[in-house]
Amino acid sequence: MKKLKNTGQKNKYKEPGLGIIPVVILGIFVLLWQALVDLLKIQPFILPSPIKVFKALYDERRLLLTHTLVTVGEALAGLGIAIVLGIIFGLLMGYYKPVRVALYPVFVITQTIPLIILAPLFAVWLGFGFLPKIIIVVLMCFFPISVTFTQDLIKPDEDMDNILKVMGAGKWKSFRLARIPQALSGLFSGLKIAVTYSITGAVISEWIGAKEGLGIYMTRAMTSFKTAVLFADVVIIIVLSLALYKLVEIIEKKVTKNLEYV
Amino acid sequence: MDNSIRIKELNMVYNGPDDDGTGLGVLQNVNLEVQGNEFVSILGPSGCGKSTLLKLIAGLEKDYDGDIYLGNDNPRYKRVPVCYMLQKDCLMPWRSLLSNVLLPIEIKNGDLKKARNEIQPLIAEFGLAGFENYKPRQLSGGMRQRAALLRTYLMDGEIMLLDEPFAALDEITRMQMQDWLTSVWEKHKKTVLFVTHDIDEAIYLSDKVVVMSERPGTVIGEIKIDFQRPRKREMILTSRFSDYKKNIIELLRA
Ligand SMILES: Nc1ncnc2c1ncn2[C@@H]1O[C@H](COP(=O)(O)OP(=O)(O)OP(=O)(O)O)[C@@H](O)[C@H]1O
Ligand SMILES: [Mg+2]
Repeated sequence: MKKLKNTGQKNKYKEPGLGIIPVVILGIFVLLWQALVDLLKIQPFILPSPIKVFKALYDERRLLLTHTLVTVGEALAGLGIAIVLGIIFGLLMGYYKPVRVALYPVFVITQTIPLIILAPLFAVWLGFGFLPKIIIVVLMCFFPISVTFTQDLIKPDEDMDNILKVMGAGKWKSFRLARIPQALSGLFSGLKIAVTYSITGAVISEWIGAKEGLGIYMTRAMTSFKTAVLFADVVIIIVLSLALYKLVEIIEKKVTKNLEYV
Repeated sequence: MDNSIRIKELNMVYNGPDDDGTGLGVLQNVNLEVQGNEFVSILGPSGCGKSTLLKLIAGLEKDYDGDIYLGNDNPRYKRVPVCYMLQKDCLMPWRSLLSNVLLPIEIKNGDLKKARNEIQPLIAEFGLAGFENYKPRQLSGGMRQRAALLRTYLMDGEIMLLDEPFAALDEITRMQMQDWLTSVWEKHKKTVLFVTHDIDEAIYLSDKVVVMSERPGTVIGEIKIDFQRPRKREMILTSRFSDYKKNIIELLRA
C-alpha cells in the first residue's frame, strides 16, 4: 500500500503551549502579593513580601541546602521503599483475590490514623534519627501506589478476558499480557500522588522532632519570627515536590513508549 | 480434519440477579448442525441467546444441559481450539497492529520471528500492509476490525465463531468488509458461525441462515441459501434474494 509522505502540514496546527498559563497565573499572584504587602504596609513577620522571601532564600542558602539534603534523603528513601512495596502488594492484591480481601481493609485503616499521633509515637520508640521519618514517608506513600495499581489491575474487561481464554492464555498470562500494561496508567497516577506526599511527609515527621531537615528548620524559623525564612522553606518544598512530579511524568512517557514494542 | 459443529438439545439457564434459585432461561432445546467449511449465520432478536450460544461453543461457559461436538471433541471436557471474535475489536491499545495480530502465537509460545515472516502475505490480503507498526488508535474502524479478524484467523482453530464482527461499522465500510470476507472465506474455507442482526448480511454471506426465537432462544428455522459462489453484490437485487428475506422476516415476526 502506498503511503503519502508527511507534508509537514500537521505541524502547522500545533497547539499553543498551554503550559505557560499556570506560570502566568502564578506570576500575577506573586505580583498581587507584593503589591498587597507594600500597599497595606504589612509587617514582614506577619506576611513577608515575595522579594523578602527570595532574599531569605538567598541569604540562608547554605543552611537551607544542608537541611534540604536531609529531607530529600528521607523522602527518597521512604518513597523508594513505598514504591517497591506498593508495586509488590499491588500485584499480589490484583492477582489473588483472597490477598486483596485480607489486606485491603488493613491498608485503609493505616490511612485513617492521623500522622500527628503516629509521628511522636515513632519518635518515642525509635528516637530522632532517620528511621522514624522514613517509616512515616513509607506509610504516606505506600497507600496511593498500591491502591490505584490494584484498582486498575482488577478493572473488569470480560470481552478481553474471554478472547485471551479462547486463545489459551491462563490466569497468569492474561494478567501479564493484558492486566499489567493496562494498569500502568493507574500505577503512575498513584506514583504522582505519592511523590507529592513524600516531601511533605518527611517535613511533617521532622516537625515532631529531628536534628536536621526542612521541618525542624521551619519550626526554628517560626519560633524566632523569621517568617521570611519559613516561606523560603515552603518554596523549597513546593519546588522539590514539583520536580519529583515532573520526573514521574518523564518516566511515565518513557515507559509507555517502550511498551509500544515491535 | 472434521470441523463440523453439532449441537444437541442444548438448554442453558443463567442465574438471576437474586440468589433465590430463580434463573433466566436463555437457550431452550437448541439443535443445530453446521457442516465442515460451511458458512452459517445466526439471526434472532436481541437477548435471545446468540452470544451465549457462541460462548458455550467456545468453551467459555460449561454449566449447561445437552451436548456440543466440535468434530469429535466436546468443549465441555476438553479445550478445543477455535477462532473467536466479538463486536469489540479487543485490540490492545499499547501494542502495534503486528504484535496485536501475533498475540495468539505469542500465547502459544510459538516462534514469533517465523510467524512474522509467514503472515506477510496474510497481512496484505487483510488490507493491512504498511500499517504493521501502527497503534490501533491510528487505524480506521474497518482496519481495526480486519486486524482483529486476522488475529482471530491466527488462533488456529478450524472453526470460526464471529459475534457481530461488523455491527459497529458504518454501512459503507460494512459492505466492503462483507465483500472482502466472502472473498477471503471462499479462498481459505473454515467453518464459520456468524452472528448478525443484519438480514442482508446473513443472506449475502451464508450457505445457511439459522433463525432463532425470542428468549429462551431456540432454532425456529433454517434457510439454505442457494446462491453460487463467488458471491456478487448484484445478488441483493434479485427476486430470489427478496424471497429469502421475506421468508426470514416472517420467521422473525412469528
Ligand atoms: N453472564 C450472564 N449472567 C446472567 N445473565 C446473562 C449473562 N450473559 C447474558 N445473560 C442474559 O442472557 C440473555 C441472552 O444474552 P445474549 O448476550 O446471549 O443475547 P444475544 O442474543 O447475543 O443479544 P444481542 O443480540 O443483543 O447481542 C440476556 O437476557 C442476558 O440478560
Ligand atoms: Mg450478542
